[in-house]
Amino acid sequence: MNAQTTSAAFNPQEVLRAQVRWRALEIVFWVATLAPFVLTPNYLVLCSQIAIAALFALSLDLLVGYSGIVSLGHAVFFGVGAYSAGLIAKNGWGEPISGLILASVIAAAFGYFISFIMVRISHFALIMVTVGLCLLVGEIANNFHDITGGDDGLQGVKMWPIFGMYKFDIFGRTAYVYALIATFLSFLAVRRVVNSPFGLSLRGMRENQRRMPAIGAPMKKRLQVVYVISACFAGLAGALSAQTTQFVALDALSFQRSAEVLVMLILGGAGRLYGGLIGAAIFMVARDQLADMNPQYWYFWLGLLLVIVIIFLPNGILGGLAALIDRLRSRRS
Amino acid sequence: MIARFVSLLFDGFAYGMLLFVLSVGLSVTLGMMNFVNLAHGSFAMVGGYLAITLMNRAGWPFLATLPVAFVAAAVFSVVLERVLYRRLYRATDLDQSLLTIGIVFMSIAIAAYVFGTNQQPVQLPDYLRGRIVLGDFSFGVYRLFLIVAALVITALMVLGLEFTRFGAQVRACVDNQRMARGLGLNVDFVFMMTFALGSGLAGLGGALAIEPMGLDPNFALKYLVYMLIVVAVGGLASIRGAFFTAGLLGVIDIFSKYYVPWIGGFILYLVMVGLLVWRPNGVFARR
Repeated sequence: MNAQTTSAAFNPQEVLRAQVRWRALEIVFWVATLAPFVLTPNYLVLCSQIAIAALFALSLDLLVGYSGIVSLGHAVFFGVGAYSAGLIAKNGWGEPISGLILASVIAAAFGYFISFIMVRISHFALIMVTVGLCLLVGEIANNFHDITGGDDGLQGVKMWPIFGMYKFDIFGRTAYVYALIATFLSFLAVRRVVNSPFGLSLRGMRENQRRMPAIGAPMKKRLQVVYVISACFAGLAGALSAQTTQFVALDALSFQRSAEVLVMLILGGAGRLYGGLIGAAIFMVARDQLADMNPQYWYFWLGLLLVIVIIFLPNGILGGLAALIDRLRSRRS
Repeated sequence: MIARFVSLLFDGFAYGMLLFVLSVGLSVTLGMMNFVNLAHGSFAMVGGYLAITLMNRAGWPFLATLPVAFVAAAVFSVVLERVLYRRLYRATDLDQSLLTIGIVFMSIAIAAYVFGTNQQPVQLPDYLRGRIVLGDFSFGVYRLFLIVAALVITALMVLGLEFTRFGAQVRACVDNQRMARGLGLNVDFVFMMTFALGSGLAGLGGALAIEPMGLDPNFALKYLVYMLIVVAVGGLASIRGAFFTAGLLGVIDIFSKYYVPWIGGFILYLVMVGLLVWRPNGVFARR
């Protein structure tokens, strides 16, 4: 470990290359995502939702974990993506893949537009503006009842089969394959981004906001770029959700959704790529089990989970595991 | 037409004063202790539910429940502060927000479990009901009561801050925490007392809000946005800023609900985002 960090100081390229290299555990993780087809074929619908939530949490990780930008309104991009995909399909173009790409491009464009506001403010004001924008867009969606269906949600979304061959079935088989592939490809892209020199500069920004401009990094521009990337993937997640469920509820834009995705990320561990994915899986399974008992009281468990994670596991499950492994290692040596 | 306008203005101002009582404590916590306490609405809910229980179950008169609501919310908040908040004073904004949102979610579920999800029915005493008619204009007695109560509270706070020993300590801690500590002030104690006072006011506001705003488990979240607008726009730790902002917010909200109801919360959020982008430290903030 120590030898690696010393050589790192001399050769930054080598460090980045080492981070890009695939580890055995990562391959195991992605192979394990195929297990539900064999082990729990009755839960594929839930699995597709987990994949979508994981992608959404991953997109938030780019902001919260890697760039140190707080967002308590990330659902706004999810919602824009979801409504875009839903409206495209409803208005006669039900081809999933092109619809997916178009919806995420719309979300990215929206993110670009918003990023001009976001880079100007920080701290408490930033948290409030992200919340406010999410509520604002939610209110717009609610008011344009004729287009979005308002409170009733966007109904009548009809998707064509993927490649004209694979229909979205009620068991969620196609949905899971589709969502998993989209999430995996997005993950590859995000993984590449965070392990690039650009990603390194974002982390530098997270660690010290004054120093990065001082060494010549144009931080506002970089932040805008990461905002657009994050919005794009959040929109992609929203679009996936709209396409696989063939429905968009107003709750796609709600404060609760923004809070939930943050919980997933913090639960898993921010700034670790896999934190959001694992957090999403645990969160969604827990919700599926607990909300079955009584959806009303799910909020209690959600709140308790938040308090426990923040107090006892500030770096999330993965952070806790990493600290544990480090401790074991140092004890042995 | 004019009569309608005046009475809307009056209602809006009364509503704004209620918002002021509810949120002034949050402004203090944020400004003084630099702690993002999104659970402020939950403190208000404690006061509200306690007042309604005392009234409907134990038959207490409305006015007698108000001080109890104040004390209960203050005590509740101090317990939370000792057990949870103080661990996170040095944590990031995000961690603080998440912890307190967790508390909000729990309080919503607990309120739903204990009291059900319906709005609580409230019977105000006779002397607070009805309307006072002056020529063309008529004013709700309870609205008038709210305004008077808020003005009294504001006066007490301003006088307390300006002319008492404790007030001077609070001002010292707000202005320069390190210096205050250096001069031998027990900053932690001052913070705790101020926090308790602010939360107590939220509890009092919660009890006062039962009739005009309605009390259901979602109260903590629904009015959180309003409270945050008051704080964000009014500037941190500024009683004057919170007062003006709350008054204005109440009037805008009532007017937009009456004249342009289809816009709903849209204007509110737009104003909030716009003002925050324009002046991130609050419109009335001290420089």
